[in-house]
This record gives sequence, C-alpha cells and structure tokens, in this order.
Amino acid sequence: MIPRADSAAAGVHVPHPEPRGFWRRYVFSTDHKTIAKQYLGIGLFWAVAGGFAAYLIRWQLAWPGEQVPLAAWIPEPMMFGGHMGPEFYNVLVTMHGTIMVFFVAMPILLGAFGNFLLPLMIGARDMAFPRLNMLSVWTLTAASLVLLASFFVPGGAAASGWTAYPPLSARPEYTGVGWGQDLWILAVALEFASFLMGGINFLVTTVNMRARGMTFARLPVMVWMQSTAAIVFMLSVGPLIAAAVMLLMDRLAGTGFYAPEAGGQPLLWQHLFWFFGHPEVYVILLPGVGIIGEILPVFCRKPLFGYRYIIGATLAASALSFFTWAHHMFIAGIRNLLVMPFSVTTILISVPFALIVFALIATLWGASMRFPTPMLFALGALSVFVMGGLTGIFNGSAPVDIYLHDTHFIVAHFHYTLISVTFFASFAGLYFWFPKMFGRMMNEPLGKVHFWMTFLFFNLTFIPMHLVGIGGMMRRIADPTQYELLTGLQPLNRMITVTAVLLLAGQLALVVNFIWSLLRGTPALDDPWSSNTLEWSTSSPPPHDNWGRREPLVVRGPYEYSQPGAERLPQWQVD
Amino acid sequence: MLDWLPENASTYGGEIDSLFSFIYGLVAVWFVITHALILFFVIRYRRREGARAVGVHGHTLRQAAWILVPTAVVLLLDVWIDARGARVWELIKGSPPAAEVEVGVNGRQFNWEFRHPGPDGRLGSEDDLLADNTLHVPVGRVVLVTLTSSDVVHSLFIPHLRLKQDALPGRRIPVWFEVTRAGEYEIVCAELCGFGHSGMSGRLIAHTPESYESWLKETWPPGGPIAARTEEGGSATP
Repeated sequence: MIPRADSAAAGVHVPHPEPRGFWRRYVFSTDHKTIAKQYLGIGLFWAVAGGFAAYLIRWQLAWPGEQVPLAAWIPEPMMFGGHMGPEFYNVLVTMHGTIMVFFVAMPILLGAFGNFLLPLMIGARDMAFPRLNMLSVWTLTAASLVLLASFFVPGGAAASGWTAYPPLSARPEYTGVGWGQDLWILAVALEFASFLMGGINFLVTTVNMRARGMTFARLPVMVWMQSTAAIVFMLSVGPLIAAAVMLLMDRLAGTGFYAPEAGGQPLLWQHLFWFFGHPEVYVILLPGVGIIGEILPVFCRKPLFGYRYIIGATLAASALSFFTWAHHMFIAGIRNLLVMPFSVTTILISVPFALIVFALIATLWGASMRFPTPMLFALGALSVFVMGGLTGIFNGSAPVDIYLHDTHFIVAHFHYTLISVTFFASFAGLYFWFPKMFGRMMNEPLGKVHFWMTFLFFNLTFIPMHLVGIGGMMRRIADPTQYELLTGLQPLNRMITVTAVLLLAGQLALVVNFIWSLLRGTPALDDPWSSNTLEWSTSSPPPHDNWGRREPLVVRGPYEYSQPGAERLPQWQVD
Repeated sequence: MLDWLPENASTYGGEIDSLFSFIYGLVAVWFVITHALILFFVIRYRRREGARAVGVHGHTLRQAAWILVPTAVVLLLDVWIDARGARVWELIKGSPPAAEVEVGVNGRQFNWEFRHPGPDGRLGSEDDLLADNTLHVPVGRVVLVTLTSSDVVHSLFIPHLRLKQDALPGRRIPVWFEVTRAGEYEIVCAELCGFGHSGMSGRLIAHTPESYESWLKETWPPGGPIAARTEEGGSATP
C-alpha cells in the first residue's frame, strides 16, 4: 500500500545536501528547480527556432519565391541566398509544428512549470525520483540534438508534416527525404520517453509527497491539471509509440504496415496518431488552464469560483478526449458509421470546457482586481481560449468540416487554442513565478508593452486567417498565387504576414525584460503578490531543499481570499 | 464573415453553408456574452479604495447554478447542432443518389488524372477518355466519382462545390456531386502530398446540357475509331 502523504512518512527525511561543484549544481543537477530552469531554457531556445520558422513560412505565403530578409545565412540546399523552394517550405511546416508542440509547449508547460511548482505547491522537498528527473531533461536534450542534426543530413529534414501521414512519410522516394525522417521519428520517440519519465515522476510525487494537511481537496488547481495531464499523456502515448515503431520499420525494413500493396493500411497510422494527438492537446491545455486558475484568484482577491466543478470538468474532458480522435478524419475515408458519433463526442467536449470558462469568468465577478502583467496575460489567455473553443464547434460539426478541413480556418483555430496556453498562459506564469524562480521581479512597463504587442498583433494575425481559410486556402501550400481561387486573398495574406512579423518583434520586449530582470531586476520579496499557495511561504528563490529546517503544515484550501475577518488566509500555518 | 466563401455551385453546398451560418450565429452570441462579461467585470470590479472582494467559493449548488445553468444551455445547443449536422451529413456522405454520369479520379504526385466514360457510358471500357487535370461534367446530373490514389494520400477538394474527400492508395472511395451552375471551377489537392503539393490543381468544366452534347460529339465523333484517348497530352493510366 502506498503510504499516505499526510502521515509522517512524507518529507521528514532531509535529502542529499546541496551540491557544491559547478557541474553538479547547474548542469547535472537533480534539484527540481534547476531542472525546471533547464526545461525553460530548452523550451525558449526552440521557441525562437519555431518562431523563426513561422516567420519564413509567412513571408513565403505573402511573397512566394521572393528573397526573405534575414534568411541569407541559411545554407544550401535549404535556401538559396534567401530564396525558398517548395521542398524547404514543407520542411518548415513540418518542423514548425513538431517544434512548437513537442519542444516548446511540453517543455515549458509541463517541464518548466510542472517541475518547478509541483513540489513547491504540495510542500515536498523535491520530486519523488530526482535522478529520473535529471534523466528526463537529458533525454529531451538528446531529442533536441537529434532534431537539430536532422536539418544537416543528406536529403534534409522531415517534410511530411508534423502528422507524418504515410505513405508520404514511409518511403523516401515520395518526399526525397532520407535520414531526416528517420531522425525525426527518433527525436520524437526520445521526447516521448522523456515526458513518460516526467509523467511518472509527477504522479508519484503528487500522490506520495504531499505535506502534512495537503489533502487532495486542498491541492492548488495547477497540481490537479499537471497530474491529470500526466495521466492523459501516459495513457495516450503508447499507441503512438507503436505507430512510430511501425513507421520506422516500414522505412528501414520495408515491413509494409502502412503500404496497401503489402497488405498494410495508411489509415492505421491516422487512427493511432490521432488517438494520441487529441489527448495531447489537453496535455498542453490543462497546465495552461491551471496557470490561469492560479493567477486569477490572486489578483481578484477572491476564491477560484467552483473549484470542485472545475476539477470535475477537467476529469470529464480528459476522459472524453480519448473518444474524439476521428474528428481529424471525417473525410479521410473512414466508414460513414463512425462519423456522426465522433462528431457528437467532439462537440460534447464543449460542455466541460464551457463550465471551466464560466467558472473562470465567475471568479472575476465581485472581485477587487489589480492588473499587473501576469493578470493581463491570464485574462488575455482566457479571451483567446474562448475564441479557440468557439471556432472548434465549426470543425467539430462533420458537414461543415467537409469544407473547412485542411484549410487555414483550421490553422487559425488551433493557433487560438494552443497559443492561448503555450504563449499567453506561459507568459502569465513566467511573469508571475519569475520572482520565485530567480529571486528578482520582472520589469512592469516592459511587461505591459509585451502584453499589448502580443494581444493586439496575435488577434490581427489570426482573425484574418479564419477568413483566408473560409475563402478556401488550403494548409501547407507553398504558393497561394498558383491558384485562381486564392488570388483575391493575397492582400489579406500579406497583411497577416505583416502583423505576424510585428507579433514576433513584440517578443523582443520579453527577451530584453528577461535578461535585464535576471541581472538587474528589483530583488523579490518572498511573497510579492500576496498569494496563498505554499510556494510563496519560502524564500525567493527557495533554498535547495525548499523549506530549510521547517516542515510545511497545510491548514486550508489554496484560495481563501476576502473571507470574514481576513483579507487572506494562506494555506500554510503561520509560525 | 461567410461572404468570404466561394459562391456555391452544387446541390448540397447550400446545406453546408446554412449549417455554417447557423453555427456562426450561435457561436457569435456566446462570443459576445463571454467577452462582454469579461470586459464588464474588468471595468466594474477593478480595485477601488474601501471596496472589498466578495469571498464567494461557488461550492453550494445555489451559487454554482450561475455556471451550471449556462453549461446546460451549451449542452442543449450541442444537441441541436448535432441533430442538424447528422441530417446534412447523411444527405452528402450517406448513400449516394443513382449515378447519371460516372467518372474516375486518380491522384498521382502531382496531377489529377480524370477518366471519362465514352459513348457506352461505362468506365473501364475501350472508349474511355483519360485527361490530366481537366474534368468535364454536365450540370444538373448526379456525377459519381470513384476516387483512387497511385501513391500517397491526396485530397480532392473543389471549393465551389463544397466537396472534399481524401484519396487513399489501395482504396476506391465513392463520392458524388451535382453541379447547379455551368462554368469552370478549380480542383485542388488539400492534403500535403510532397514537394509538388502546392500547385497540384486541375479544372472542372461544368457544361450546360447543350454544350455537354457538343463536347461529347467533338470528343467521340460519330463513326470515329473506338479507342482509349487522352486529352492535352495527358499520359493518364487508371
């Protein structure tokens, strides 16, 4: 039997002492806080790369074949003096998706925020398996190196889309890509291994390492979201690993799992990929919702409205997410019998998410709101998320999806859902927990500039993209001017590119703020936002073992603000 | 927003468009409600001197009703959308009406290969016309397409007809349409199929009954040799 966390079993022993040497302390560290920063570093590195890929894609769509500024350094045969061919365009759309989902969203939302916050929020001294944690981040590093290397092998990097549909991905002669696709499979497989280990760690830590008094009903909503995401990831990734092994075997040994002439079936990959792919959206989404759920109460000075309903809805949505995958395949050639049931489950998923959104909006009612940068980004994330959820209804309705499938409407839709969490919520979290992570405050005016640049230009980029999609523009085409139908959309395409460049340029405000604050920011108080959750009861940044000689004792729920007799009642017992 | 749709030219396209605008109406209402509330709360409940927040938890059913009732409304609307959707889906992708013209469409990196039946009206017979990237059909007749692929997954997309269907190697997938307006419409590939994906397009020529008759006569002159033929130098094979 697993020992109960609120017994004396948890957190009593003093863990290994703080390492002294540079390598043990900063590189091969087992400290969850250092590992979180390593994940953050990996995620931010890839965010720059993925953002640059987006820039190249957008430039090509606005001015096809023309020289792309700032791209002359990219060597042949990828680009030719800043000019792009359709082969490299396909590499870019493949890599932009792969990078942003697997190497930015997951490392930042789960790797960085999960690792940093989970032990601190539940009152543990570290993760349950610190060395496994180190192995996770180094496995992700290996995955990153493999993905980087794939750009420089003969034939170039993978070019069959981030979804890698066979037969296109299964035989080199269809794309001209050789090793690049094999290395892509290897990189993604290593990434899965990394987050499988991470997920095990998250779950074991949440179940076993909670401080005295930290019952499940007192867990901050972020901990619920991270743990649920870990479960969803672990249950969904198995079929995809099997699918990836079969794809690799098809490529290397000609096994023909996906080759119809050899008795295989291309749709098999699509089923297995999306069986993972849809739950994966919630793996990314839930931690982002968790961040919004942590930040709103602090700056509203109110309890999170309907905490139990939010958690119930989260579990319901997670369960339902395993039964919606074929909505990516309405017109893929699946049996007609399958279509409407999957359309119904897909649209049904709006119910739990509507509940969560209503609860977050209800948290704003009767508040006493302040608007520092984390709050602005949290509200921005909420607004963007609502828009992404609503446009999902169109695609979820199978007949409308006949028209919208594989158009830029879909591209706009999933950027609304994913950017709301991967960027808006992550930025909110970064501004909010930066003081706890690095011991310094971030600059407020620069943060506000960053928010308004991001919010304004994000919407100006992606609202018109819906229209381009409704106009009929397909995904993943390198040159819209090749089509008569799309010529009228070209002015809009150019406008989208201009605002996308401004959106990317706005991120310089974050880069400057991050570096400047790290070096010169105002030293942070232990509890600069006056919050109730446990991580704010220790110093900023926390010591190696998080709590020093003190053992945290939890006496109430996480969001007791504006209660009778007290403006705030922290979770911890005040000594 | 829906003005951006290409003008519909098929019998069932109007059904998709009206479902689209129905969902648009519902979604727009929710967008306005949620954003108006967020905006109103942000302005109304900003921090002021002396004012305190309401420490409500939303745990009791009475409080939670504020979020549970709207959620129930969402559920009802979902059922409504599904019910309408099921009917439209059945109309378009359910069992097709009796075919009046049959054609074959094959995707091959990076061309659409079209096979027209000759005067005998049968596909796969000697007098078929094979044409790369040009498909001739009459308006007002049910056209049944047998969709195949020679290599990778392609997707047959004719935006004006609201028709889209993936072509899979190793499968023969039936898909039908009936054009309502004579004219030329673009046929494109909607699924990434390799470096030539962009620009993999063809034309649908929808003839009036008279012009269809004369096209038939030009292509298969009465008394001419009965043999497979190709148009525009196409090298199409089934």
